[in-house]
Amino acid sequence: MFLQLVINSLAIGSLYALTAMGATLIYGILGILDIANAGAYLIGAYIGYYIYISTGQLVLAFLGAMLSVGLVGVVLHRTVYGPILAKPRMLSIIPLVAAVGLFTMSSDLIRLLCGAGTKAYNFRFPVDVVRVGSVTIQTTWLLIFALTAVLLVVLWVVLNKTKMGLAWRATAEDPDIARACGVNTNSAMALSYVLGYGFAAAAGIMTGILYNSITPALGEVPSYKMLAIIVLGGLGNPLGTVVAGLLIGFAEVMLSTYTVLPIPKDAVAFVVLIIVLLIKPSGLFGQRNKV
Amino acid sequence: MSAYVFSISATAAVFVLLALSLNIITGYAGQAMMGQAAFFGIGAYTAAILTETYHVNFWLALILGMLFTGLCGAVLGLISLRLQADFLAITTIGINFVMVALFNNMSITGASLGLNVTKPSFFGRQMGNQEFFFLTLIVIVIVCLLIVKMRRSWFGMALASINNDAAAARSFGIDVSRYQILAFIIGTAIAGLAGGIYAHRMGYIASSDFAFTVSIQILSMVVIGGIGTIRGPILGALLLSVLPEALRFVSDFVSDYRSLVYGGLLVLMVRFMPGGLFGSSSPIVRGSLWVFRKITGKGGAAA
Repeated sequence: MFLQLVINSLAIGSLYALTAMGATLIYGILGILDIANAGAYLIGAYIGYYIYISTGQLVLAFLGAMLSVGLVGVVLHRTVYGPILAKPRMLSIIPLVAAVGLFTMSSDLIRLLCGAGTKAYNFRFPVDVVRVGSVTIQTTWLLIFALTAVLLVVLWVVLNKTKMGLAWRATAEDPDIARACGVNTNSAMALSYVLGYGFAAAAGIMTGILYNSITPALGEVPSYKMLAIIVLGGLGNPLGTVVAGLLIGFAEVMLSTYTVLPIPKDAVAFVVLIIVLLIKPSGLFGQRNKV
Repeated sequence: MSAYVFSISATAAVFVLLALSLNIITGYAGQAMMGQAAFFGIGAYTAAILTETYHVNFWLALILGMLFTGLCGAVLGLISLRLQADFLAITTIGINFVMVALFNNMSITGASLGLNVTKPSFFGRQMGNQEFFFLTLIVIVIVCLLIVKMRRSWFGMALASINNDAAAARSFGIDVSRYQILAFIIGTAIAGLAGGIYAHRMGYIASSDFAFTVSIQILSMVVIGGIGTIRGPILGALLLSVLPEALRFVSDFVSDYRSLVYGGLLVLMVRFMPGGLFGSSSPIVRGSLWVFRKITGKGGAAA
């Protein structure tokens, strides 16, 4: 029973980690709390859906959605976030307000274009569940584990082993000094958006497959939950985000199984967050304060 | 027809009050508050529970609701001292969600059924939209006068200096923590008062009335109007609460695209006019000042 719950929470937690990864990459380099990432997640789920039902190719759906949503991210950075950040800021939450506006627009745009109703991927493996001893694992979960692992490895390789990743890390450390050293910080920021929005899109498709339904309200819960997760992970720390995502998944599954919660499951992330922040104001893995 | 007008005006007036209250925390003290609706809700539920369950007098309940909300605001103010801007923004979003969840699950707040509130009487006559509108109007005037006074006082200047640069303010010997907490107390208390008025006017409250989207709505009013001014939040709140109602008469088309327009406006505003429609750097304000000067024939006395 307990082992089963651990497996369940790992599946949910890795999905959370993937969902929040995009926002982490963007915060890491631009210092924006990008709620609009949940919009990318939503749009990704819908683009993936249309590609999948018209071609029947899941791989194509993932690649197409990640690529197109990633490009949307770059366009948004060029047209909205970049100019806002370039101005002297009168208030730290101005970019966040822009992100909220973009997110509202994305949900409403999807509702108007695709209808308010539920759509189903109806994706199924030949085998529904795998049994290992007393533990049953859904094959879709295995897909999620595998994809999360692959994407995280890709991310790690890109950030740590490529020249682009070096530029990204330098820019995250200090954009001005990186620029002075000849790093193309603009392309590092574009990389953040391609990866960030692409990851969000992948997470959206996976959620669609896991729960077999997508609606225009799909992004609502992730929009704030991903913020809680990236803060727990120390804002802009990819590894911290993975740990925080798994932690929140674990806390949700365990608390809703073993206790009678006075609040809905989705609020657990924030209770954990508020407690952690009161004890350690820079998050679980925050090393320094970025202002 | 006039009943409808008063109903809309009463709602708009509550939002004006909320926008003014948020402006104290975000505009003057510069703190990233994203959960103002939570405090609106705390005030509403506190006042409603006091009159309904404990049969406290309406006016006393309003005051007590306001004080209790201010107390909660003081706790958030204490928390805010420990957190950087971005962390505070997310924490306040979190507080909003947790509060809504609590409203929706605690038996004292009526859980998911919400809470019915009897409308109070004033000199033997039950208060309707009209009376509540005038009550809110009076409160708005008092709050505006207080804000004007506050901005000219030592407290207001201290807040302005903290908003500009907290470290520099601290180095000049300004007690940053005290003023910051005070700003939270005042801002949330006014929101709590607005909540008490709202609960008794509506006669029914539910947790969804205080959702995160309402916080965003309030924030939009402040940002679109012009943050850090008095006219900005007032005009922003009027614009965003009256315009959708006015447009409803034009066609259903508009109401269908409401959120889209809302979000779009928000993005366009912070992108091209972060000072707001009616902020000091806005072309609208400058233009009308220019016209005003031309008409009156006076020189550049007005600023």
